[in-house]
Amino acid sequence: MSTVELAQVSRWFGNVVAVNDVTMRLSTGVTGLLGPNGAGKSTLIHMMAGFLAPSAGTVTLDGRPLYRDPEIYREVGLVPEREEMYDAISGWSFVLANAKLHKLKDPESAARRAIATVEMADAQERDIRTYSKGMKQRIKMATAIVHDPAVLLLDEPFNGMDPRQRLHLMGLLHQLGDAGRTILFSSHILEEVEQIAGRIEVMVAGRHAASGDFREIRRLMTQRPHQYTIRSSDDRRLASAVIAEPSASGVEIVADSGGFGTLQIQATDFSAFVHALPRIASEHGIRLLEVRPADESLESVFSYLVTR
Amino acid sequence: MTGGPLTGGPLNATVASLTSRSLLGRRRTFVLLLLPLALLALCTLARILGGLDSDIAAELDGPLSPDLLGAFGIAILMPLLSLIAGTGAIGPEIDEGSIVYLLAKPLNRHSIVVTKLLVAFGVVVAFGVVPIAVAGVVLTGELGSVTVAFTLGALAAGAAYASLFLLLAVITRNAVVVGLVYALVWESLIGGLVPGAQALSVQQWASAVVAEVLGDSAARLGVDSAVGFGTAMVLLVLVTVAATFYAGRRLQTLRISEA
Repeated sequence: MSTVELAQVSRWFGNVVAVNDVTMRLSTGVTGLLGPNGAGKSTLIHMMAGFLAPSAGTVTLDGRPLYRDPEIYREVGLVPEREEMYDAISGWSFVLANAKLHKLKDPESAARRAIATVEMADAQERDIRTYSKGMKQRIKMATAIVHDPAVLLLDEPFNGMDPRQRLHLMGLLHQLGDAGRTILFSSHILEEVEQIAGRIEVMVAGRHAASGDFREIRRLMTQRPHQYTIRSSDDRRLASAVIAEPSASGVEIVADSGGFGTLQIQATDFSAFVHALPRIASEHGIRLLEVRPADESLESVFSYLVTR
Repeated sequence: MTGGPLTGGPLNATVASLTSRSLLGRRRTFVLLLLPLALLALCTLARILGGLDSDIAAELDGPLSPDLLGAFGIAILMPLLSLIAGTGAIGPEIDEGSIVYLLAKPLNRHSIVVTKLLVAFGVVVAFGVVPIAVAGVVLTGELGSVTVAFTLGALAAGAAYASLFLLLAVITRNAVVVGLVYALVWESLIGGLVPGAQALSVQQWASAVVAEVLGDSAARLGVDSAVGFGTAMVLLVLVTVAATFYAGRRLQTLRISEA
């Protein structure tokens, strides 16, 4: 069992602060590192992979600093975000080369095992340059697990994968996590993280915005004030009925240019409100023509977590 | 985890194989062939003309052969070839980010650099030093002191150039441009105008090696150097070793590009 620990870690590049005072602890199981693009996820992963020194704070693996210590790669596997590999050789040769670089006792069988794990045996003899994005992603994965590392870091591993490949990789990460490996993968897509990670760490603008069990964070995200835009057969009557509900905190009637009105409702309790709304409508005999959440973008979810 | 000690040997066969495949697998590398072919064509032409004209034949026995081998072989072929091979052995991997597959391994960084340098040097020998030796034989008609002198000079220049240019590729993304500026502007232009600059020129150090091997006939053949043989050897070894060591140090802290 291996633990990666970040203690008050900051990293800046010139005047730009990429990672700001982050403290987190990764242990066995799958952890998702969630955040919008540019949140500092890659910088964080590069520090955990020993390629980047923290400007302040410490990054350690089982108490040992990670930076500038090639020995750590016996225990750490990395799937980089960038696609470039050694294109002019076959997938098999490349994974085998990685096994040899790790100085494994039996590189052939290690490479064969890794390639079978990512289901690339059928295409292993083809040159890497002929691979699709998803195949490259899987060969990258094979190179990272060829030495059966205790810690596996994956930078945006689902990019370019089709749904079937996604499911397969998700299953694989689960297996590795259940087998006692420490797995961290980054993503800017909420649903990806939701489906695999037991724990998530949320990064926004270089800051560690939230941490914990996915369901907890999901609840935080769903319980934040929600905005709805609603059209109905009688906006004013609906407005007065809605504001009587404790789950709604604000109602505004906005007339659009065609003279038709829409209702903008602020709900404080998401789940209570979505249950209350159809009940109110039916009690008052109002037809709901359109119910639309107004700010479901990931950025707004993230920024809520930061300002919370 | 299994595996031997980190420091292992100074060389790594897998790194060598990946390096040579990516170095020789690129189109740019075909330029490698053009340069020595041009040298050989030129020398063959000179030889043929020497067969037709006794004045040219006399010149070939005198300063013309050393001139051709020095001006084309040592001053143009060696720096350009070493630039392509030295930067090409590591630069594209750093640019593309694929160097991460070597760095995320329990490998001594110095052994990565030394291995890559040896691959680059192998290319320089195959496409530079050997053609210069052949050109020497073609020009002089024998494996005599002129041929041996320029072959050894090319060998020394190739080692220093390749390690310098490999270091450049680790330090800067613009290694090819900086290398060209060094080889063309510093060595050829400034070196030709400012006597002091000549002391800091791989080309001059190589010439010192050539002059030393030629011995007494160096003056007659028009070979001279801005530095003495002893100084040249010290500088050649120093530059090669220091550049290689420093490249390894820089590789330890190389920042892997994310875009």
